[in-house]
Amino acid sequence: MEPDPQALKHSPLFGEQQALGARLVYFAGWQLPVQYRGILEEHRAVRSRAGVFDVSHLCRTELRGEKAAALLQRVLTTDVTRLTPGAGQYTLLCQEDGGILDDAILYRLEDYFLLVSNAANAEKVRAWLVHWAGPASQPQIEDTTRQTGMLAFQGPLAARDLDALTHHEAAQLAPFHIRALRIGRHMALISRTGYTGEDGFELILTPEDTVRVWRHLLAHGAAPCGLGARDTLRLEAGYLLHGNDMDAATNPLEVGLGRFVHWDKGEFIGREALVKAKERGVARRLVGFEMVGRGIARRGYNVLAGSEVIGSVTSGTFAPTLDRAIGLALVRAQLAQPGQGLAVEIRGEPVEARVVALPFYRRPKVN
Amino acid sequence: MHPQNCYYSKEHEWLKLERDGTALVGITHYAQDQLGDVVFLALPSVGARLQQFQKLGEIESVKAVSGLFSPASGQVLEVNQQVLDKPELVNKEPYVRGWLLRLRLDDPGELKRLLSAQAYEDLLAGMGAPHTP
Repeated sequence: MEPDPQALKHSPLFGEQQALGARLVYFAGWQLPVQYRGILEEHRAVRSRAGVFDVSHLCRTELRGEKAAALLQRVLTTDVTRLTPGAGQYTLLCQEDGGILDDAILYRLEDYFLLVSNAANAEKVRAWLVHWAGPASQPQIEDTTRQTGMLAFQGPLAARDLDALTHHEAAQLAPFHIRALRIGRHMALISRTGYTGEDGFELILTPEDTVRVWRHLLAHGAAPCGLGARDTLRLEAGYLLHGNDMDAATNPLEVGLGRFVHWDKGEFIGREALVKAKERGVARRLVGFEMVGRGIARRGYNVLAGSEVIGSVTSGTFAPTLDRAIGLALVRAQLAQPGQGLAVEIRGEPVEARVVALPFYRRPKVN
Repeated sequence: MHPQNCYYSKEHEWLKLERDGTALVGITHYAQDQLGDVVFLALPSVGARLQQFQKLGEIESVKAVSGLFSPASGQVLEVNQQVLDKPELVNKEPYVRGWLLRLRLDDPGELKRLLSAQAYEDLLAGMGAPHTP
C-alpha cells in the first residue's frame, strides 16, 4: 500500500538513507529504511559491536502543568509517582476493558513528562490523552515528534563510543534513566534504553543534530540498521511489538506484562476489568517458542496440539544469533508451560515446535 | 549480472541448459537482492513432476516468504543439498553454487516462453528496478 506522497512523513535522515542505498518501506504514514546492507549483517553488528537505528518515527509527547501527573496516573497502568526526575518506566495504556491501547516509555524530566509511544498508534494515543485530560486547558499536551529526530544507538560498544561524544557522561546513565547531555555544542536528551537486548541509548536531537550525530556514529564504525534488524533483535530479546503480540483485544495479563500493572497505585483506566481478569485467570497466554522441525513460523500461522488449533503465531522469524526459527504465539493457557510440545502449521503441514522461556537471548554479563 | 547463457521467467527464476540435456534452475540476482538474506528453502523431492509456471516450493528470507515457480515442465533429478544447508548461497552465488534443482525437461519447446537475459533486464527496467551493478 502506497500512501499519498504528499502526506508521507520523513525523518531528518531521509536524505542520508537514500544516499546509503537503504531499501525503504511504508510504515504508519512514514517512509522508513527496512535495511541497508542486509538484515543479518545489521543484526550481527548490533550483537557484536554497535549499530544505529533511525527511530524518528516514534511518537514523542510532552506533558506539562500541574495536572500532567494526575492524567498520566489515570491513563497508564504503572505508578507514575514512583518516578524521580531523570527516571523512566516501561508502561501501558489500557482501555476500560483492559485491552492494550499502546505500550510506551514514560520519562520524568525536571518540569515535564515525556511519553515515547508507537508511531502506528500516535493518533489513537493523542486522542486518548486529550479525551481523558478533559476540556480544561491543563495539562498541556504537545506532540513534538516532528520537531526533533531520534536515534537508537545499540550494542556492546555503544557506551564506549557515546561516552567519547558526551564528555564522559553517557556511560554514567543508569538503565531507564534520561538526561539532557551536551553533544558537541548542542544539547540532546539521552536515555539508557533500547529495543534490541543489548546495552544502548536512545537520543532525541534537533533535526540538524540528528544528521550530525548519525554521520559521526557511522564514521566511527557503527552500522546503519533498519526496521528489519530492529524486528529480529527485539524478538530474540523477547520484547513484544504492539499490533502483533498485543493489541486492544489482549490484556497485559495474557501477554505476560502483568508486572507493569501496579495494582497498589489506586484507580486507573482498565483497572476494574484487569482485577476481574486476574481473579478469573486468563484463558490464553503469549509464549515464546522455537521450531524443532524444519521451517520458519510466521505471524498468523496456526498453532496446533495434535490436530486441534490452540492458538496462533503473533511474531515469527529466523533468529540470527540463535541460528534457529523462533516466535511468539498466543495459545491456550494450559499449554503455555516451557517445554510443552506444540506444532505450527506451515504450508498445511504440522511442524514440531516447543514452548521456551523468554527471553530467547540474554546478553552476556560484562564483568 | 544476469548471465547471457540462461533463460529467465517473469517470476524471476532462471533456467540453464547443461551439456547433458538436463536443466539447472535457480532464482535471479534481482530476486535474491529483493528478498534479502535467504534463510530457508522448501523444495520438492527428487522424482517430483513440475509444470511450467506452476508453484514448485517456497523461499524464505529473514523478512518474508515468497513462492518459487518452475520455469519449465519436467521431473526433478536432483535437489541441491548444499543450498538446503546453506541458503545464503542463493544470495552469494545465485547462478553458481546457489542453484536449486536439476530437471529433466518434458519439452524443450517450452523454453520459447522464457526470456533472454536482455528481455529480462528490459522487464526489470520497465518495473522501475534499479540498474543492476
